[in-house]
Amino acid sequence: MEKWYLMTAAVLLGLTVRWTVSLNSYSGAGKPPMFGDYEAQRHWQEITFNLPIKQWYFNSSDNNLQYWGLDYPPLTAYHSFLCAYVAKFINPDWIALHTSRGYESQAHKLFMRATVLIADLLIYIPAVVLYCCCLKEISTKKKIASALCILLYPGLILIDYGHFHLGFALWGVLGVSYDWDLLGSLAFCLAINYKQMELYHSLPFFCFLLGKCFKKGLKGKGLVLLIKLTCTVVASFVLCWLPFFTEREQTLQVLRRLFPVDRGLFEDKVANIWCSFSVFLKIRDILPHHIQIMISFCFTFLSLLPACIKLTLHPSPKGFRFTLVSCALSFFLFSFQVHEKSILLVSLPVCLVLSEIPFMSTWFLLVSTFSMLPLLLKDELLMPSVVTVMAFFIACATSFSIFEKTSEEELQLKCFSTSVRKYFTCFTFLPKIIQHLFLMSVITMILLTMMTVTLDPPQKLPDLFSVLVCFVSCLHFLFFLVYFNIIIMWDSKNGRSQKKIN
Amino acid sequence: MAALGIAIGGGNWFSALALGVTLLKCLLIPTYHSTDFEVHRNWLAITHSLPISQWYYEATSEWTLDYPPFFAWFEYALSHVAKYFDQEMLNVRNLNYSSSRTLLFQRFSVIFTDALFVYAVHECCKCIDGKKAGKELTEKPKFILSVLLLWNFGLLIVDHIHFQYNGFLSGLMLLSIARFFQKRHMEGAFLFAVLLHFKHIYLYVAPAYGVYLLRSYCFTANKPDGSIRWNSFSFVRLISLGLIVFLVSAVSLGPFLALNQLPQVFSRLFPFKRGLCHAYWAPNFWALYSALDKVLSVIGLELKLLDPNKIPKASMTSGLVQQFQHTVLPSVTPLATFICTLIAMLPSVFCLWFKPQGPRGFLRCLILCALSSFMFGWHVHEKAILLAVLPMSLLSVGKAVDASIFLILTTTGHYSLFPLLFTAPELPIKILLMLLFTIYSISSLKTLFRKEKPLFNWMETFYLLGLGPLEVFCEFVFPFTSWNLKYPFVPLLLTSAYCAVGITYAWFKLYVSVLTGPPVGKTKKH
Repeated sequence: MEKWYLMTAAVLLGLTVRWTVSLNSYSGAGKPPMFGDYEAQRHWQEITFNLPIKQWYFNSSDNNLQYWGLDYPPLTAYHSFLCAYVAKFINPDWIALHTSRGYESQAHKLFMRATVLIADLLIYIPAVVLYCCCLKEISTKKKIASALCILLYPGLILIDYGHFHLGFALWGVLGVSYDWDLLGSLAFCLAINYKQMELYHSLPFFCFLLGKCFKKGLKGKGLVLLIKLTCTVVASFVLCWLPFFTEREQTLQVLRRLFPVDRGLFEDKVANIWCSFSVFLKIRDILPHHIQIMISFCFTFLSLLPACIKLTLHPSPKGFRFTLVSCALSFFLFSFQVHEKSILLVSLPVCLVLSEIPFMSTWFLLVSTFSMLPLLLKDELLMPSVVTVMAFFIACATSFSIFEKTSEEELQLKCFSTSVRKYFTCFTFLPKIIQHLFLMSVITMILLTMMTVTLDPPQKLPDLFSVLVCFVSCLHFLFFLVYFNIIIMWDSKNGRSQKKIN
Repeated sequence: MAALGIAIGGGNWFSALALGVTLLKCLLIPTYHSTDFEVHRNWLAITHSLPISQWYYEATSEWTLDYPPFFAWFEYALSHVAKYFDQEMLNVRNLNYSSSRTLLFQRFSVIFTDALFVYAVHECCKCIDGKKAGKELTEKPKFILSVLLLWNFGLLIVDHIHFQYNGFLSGLMLLSIARFFQKRHMEGAFLFAVLLHFKHIYLYVAPAYGVYLLRSYCFTANKPDGSIRWNSFSFVRLISLGLIVFLVSAVSLGPFLALNQLPQVFSRLFPFKRGLCHAYWAPNFWALYSALDKVLSVIGLELKLLDPNKIPKASMTSGLVQQFQHTVLPSVTPLATFICTLIAMLPSVFCLWFKPQGPRGFLRCLILCALSSFMFGWHVHEKAILLAVLPMSLLSVGKAVDASIFLILTTTGHYSLFPLLFTAPELPIKILLMLLFTIYSISSLKTLFRKEKPLFNWMETFYLLGLGPLEVFCEFVFPFTSWNLKYPFVPLLLTSAYCAVGITYAWFKLYVSVLTGPPVGKTKKH
């Protein structure tokens, strides 16, 4: 690539921003007795290093599961184990059993931050660069621009480096997946084994690959591909779980830890349907536990069904990317026990379509970061948040000139509005409406942020602002869900009509 | 924000670059800051709480006011904003006071005053000719120049991590250069006079300004062969220039003259009691000289040629500014450095007088003056390299030869700033930013001059690549060896000696290109 130096500059810029954000405070800094996610990660290093593998997921005198017990799949545990070895080499106090609880020091912070940066550098960033280089039908300049924007996405940076959350790194490999089926499915299995939340994305993967097999014919090449894929998946799972397959109880215990169904419908303030709805009606208290699970399951399933069926019948890389977005969004909005950080799982596929629908993606990514505002404020990350959001916005606005790309064509709504116009001929105001909505939403977000930061909430409603933030974000996400589903449903017609024109 | 977005949406890359770097500066707020932070806080306190008559006498803190009066007034103006942030930082007795609000205020004061720098860069971009403008935006000289200036690594780390106000001062200098390019000489002279009264280090480049204005502004015409036409001298221009300089100086120094404090002010401004080299070694001629001395003394001790008891105890690397005695080679006096500096500057100034080449020639002379003073000056800070690096950026997008000199000068000069940031959390930042700037500058200038011969010969390439292993050795290998306790000065010595070679080379190469440059007749600018 002739402009490799610009790509290098983009990567270096992304790394610099990551490291500068990491100089700020982290989740649970100086807040005993439980601290925060930072302590959780440190604690996992302590557990995995000091205890035999059989006890990692079990409650014992050395492993109090109430205190940040390991609740991620094996790969995360192995990763912690690896980090613990390095930690031991530098300073054994950091991972000493029992005595190291709540350990905090400048050097240790530096070490923890470095582990995230290295994981990013090794997995996430190469994946982003590779993905952007493989993008088709766009100029080199646009490829670099989209790499820069993806790397500058503030949500991920703030959560990984500010709040401290390891584990989204492996997500990056998803990008590769649609070029090489086997490698992709292997990478995705690893991702699931790193973080069970990746299941949000599993359906589109499944449908896409299945659809590909169908397309090739179930009796010939398709079957071979299907068998190959199944073998890859099974093999990678077995490999990751090998130490836990020795006893049945082991496996079950890990699964119980991974899917804590006994927790509530949602945690804290999440910008999903259930949390927003409970402003009016306290669902959590009214309905019994198993009905909550049933309802959330039904809603999730129904909302992602159309997109998945469509993908299975017409598998295409473009449809795959959009289905990833809409499925993850459905999961986020309707599923059970959602955390506000889960929005990142939606944001990442949105990053992948950044170059196709720059305006809407930028908008979504801004909203997604905004929806985590209460979390970021709790970690005292206001300043880096505002700065990185503005930097991201400027990067997107400059490199894609998003404000000129609001025609129906650019929003990928051409087919949709053409078909609507068959019934309502005056349906030509869509781009205008979307522009106005964008302006309104940006103003609302800025106002709400300023209010949250400067005003004290009334005494009767201490959570007023964070609930408002969730509610506003939830409305946005519903709107985006509809939008992405429209794109998916009207997509192939678009493809066909283009072919006819050609 | 929406308005901002629309402004950017119009493809205004310059504001995007400027805003981008401003945001990066905001992210650097929580980084380490040096004692200069306390220096400036103390000056805020002095100017805010004491009458003018006390400004240059106050000595509660060891960081006394040692900048010219305009800078004191600048701090005075800032202090009136500072009081809304935190009243406590304005107390002279509050030594080493630092609250989060103080930090925010001080950092933001640097970021906001950088607006002047951004404006100056904008003006400079107008001055360079866009002859080679390629189709792509990223290959246009204007774009490259604005990145090189706005995202300058040295300014970023010195101003926004280490903490100083070089941004707006450099802005003033660049603006005055730009005014010369735009043939607004009076304005340029005025800006430079003001700048001198902000920070007197710019005295080093004053010869270039003086000679250029006299030769190319006061003499209005040349003979056809380019030599001077004596009867074209314009007294009006000379007097108006003198008047400007006089008025600016009167405003600045007048109050102190009235208070009869001028000697005190000057004794603060020119502290000759400090050592030859700053706490760290600036990579100049004296660094090579001292390194040679150090090596000789170590060899002498090993071979028992020197008596250990006679060797002065003061080590140059102990971190405090102090007197330093050479052990083997003769010690250097301020007068000697002064004479060396003058001798080094003279040829460039002569060149400016006898072969005037318009503002470009002036710019070359200015850079040579800055570099010469950096090479031979007394008590030079390594930060002073920015004085040469920033104007050199203007030349770099013009000619391939200049681009090559610029790249060597900048890369080594920037690398020599590394010891300024010695704390672990800043290590990745400095390495990443350095890589960012170096890779960008080298590759973009290579793309710009791809039709000409390569920018570097094998020796230069080898030298620049050597910086990588040097960094690895100094920061990652040496601290873990047993030598670290016995010879703690080795990394600094290596860094400054290695960089001194590059900077000397760049200085020499630039001198050669100026002295052997085309004679006046060939340039058709006059």
